[in-house]
Amino acid sequence: MCGIVGLFLKDKSLEPRLGALLSEMLVSLTDRGPDSAGIAIYDGAAAKGRAKITIQSSAPAADFPGLEAELGKKIEAKVSSTVKSTHAVLEIPAGKLDEARAAIAELRPNVRVMGAGEAIEIYKEVGLPAEVVKRFDLTKMTGSHGVGHTRMATESAVTTLGAHPFSTGPDQCLVHNGSLSNHNNLRRELMRDGMRFETENDTEVAAAYLSSKIAHGQNLGEALQSSLDDLDGFFTFVVGTKNGFGVVRDPISCKPAVMAETDQYVAFGSEYRALANLPGIDNARVWEPEPSTVYFWEH
Amino acid sequence: MNISNVATAPSREMDFARRVFDLGENSLRELNQALHNLGPGSNETSWEVLNPKGSHSVAVGVDQPVAIDVRGSVGYYCGGMNAGGAITVHGSVGPGVGENMMSGSIVVKGDASQYAGATGRGGLLVIEGNASSRCGISMKGINIVVRGNIGHMSAFMAQSGNLVVLGDAGDALGDSIYEARLFVRGKVKSLGADCIKKEMRPEHIAILQDLLDRAGIKDAKPEEFTRYGSARTLYNFNIDNADAY
Repeated sequence: MCGIVGLFLKDKSLEPRLGALLSEMLVSLTDRGPDSAGIAIYDGAAAKGRAKITIQSSAPAADFPGLEAELGKKIEAKVSSTVKSTHAVLEIPAGKLDEARAAIAELRPNVRVMGAGEAIEIYKEVGLPAEVVKRFDLTKMTGSHGVGHTRMATESAVTTLGAHPFSTGPDQCLVHNGSLSNHNNLRRELMRDGMRFETENDTEVAAAYLSSKIAHGQNLGEALQSSLDDLDGFFTFVVGTKNGFGVVRDPISCKPAVMAETDQYVAFGSEYRALANLPGIDNARVWEPEPSTVYFWEH
Repeated sequence: MNISNVATAPSREMDFARRVFDLGENSLRELNQALHNLGPGSNETSWEVLNPKGSHSVAVGVDQPVAIDVRGSVGYYCGGMNAGGAITVHGSVGPGVGENMMSGSIVVKGDASQYAGATGRGGLLVIEGNASSRCGISMKGINIVVRGNIGHMSAFMAQSGNLVVLGDAGDALGDSIYEARLFVRGKVKSLGADCIKKEMRPEHIAILQDLLDRAGIKDAKPEEFTRYGSARTLYNFNIDNADAY
């Protein structure tokens, strides 16, 4: 099963409510996936030359204290951090992103990078969506767009790293409902191409596939189009980038999907239930995305 | 298409025993149990369901001839196994509306998601918007009328009954079909294995006219439709057909 949601705001006045709206959408799909849940939120408003790295640790009390100062010293730049439970968001100068990732791996080998970029923050954990929302205080988050996922695991273990969203490129993330059947072969090909993997998960391969296509010069729309030829299996994907939000479904399209659009937002849900409480939904254009068709919105 | 989830006009005259059930206040289980508790000859013949908000399994397993108006959009399996109920959804429906319906009717004012009317054995399913993929899959006697378009793999392994489509059909219509009749007014993107175009004889015109009348459709004539059905070449195994299985 799995449940996925996405919300792309057109109306800036809704931005303070993004976390609350997305959290409610995700919690409504709890019975599609009780194993783990996650959310990626894009808020680039305050970026201005700064980048964010979301890190995760299974021992936050040991790993997070002092990291801000140690990292700042190592990369010779101002670092600030916000800790939320097992996750922390480190803010650094945008030009120091790669340097900082290498330094984090050295300073705290057990810390994993969930995602990085100018706008993205990723929070995911094992547990019900309502617990994950509460743990990271997601309802208070602001932003321009975001995606969420509640997981019923089929292809790999129920772990924090196996939860969605997966991020394999700057400000990129992907959530997936379905299962891929050629992910092992594709993972080997992508590893030869220099991509690195954290898990045995099929969705991570899809995310890395898109990141690789983008790194080779395709835009997100083209990368999604390519995925229809190269990925074998069942998938409904919702992807996020710094400015945009995209949806694609495999040619068979047995995994459900509903979309809604108003003057204020574009919303995605695995089911209509996820959209039922959005503002103005009664007058929204509601439709089911077509198979093998790329949908994409950008700010 | 635009679909309002709040329909205000009552679809039939109020009768003395209309029961209103608000899913914002009562549980789905209470609604379905109340419907299942109805016995033959009950006076509670008219029901209204408010605030479904995409709930699954609304009015599943109805087995008495009662009228149920659902005000808003529902999720999976609405009206599944319906036997005699007259269910109207004033909104859109999720996957599997009317799955295995036995008799009675379901009218959807909006769109239907995948496998509408799957395995249905009888009754009439009317979708006034579009239906997506696998509409009428494995239908076994149900009649389905879709005012808009239908998606890919519709009427897959359809055994009997009629599927009427006023709009277009997607890829692989009627793949591995048995004896169901498919009537399409618009274009068919492609036909599935063993599904062929067939002649419209007078008896087919009569069947189609009756279905259009029962679905309340007055702006389409049976002569505008093309009939599709089984070429019957896959009924018995023939080694030359191995690729078609």
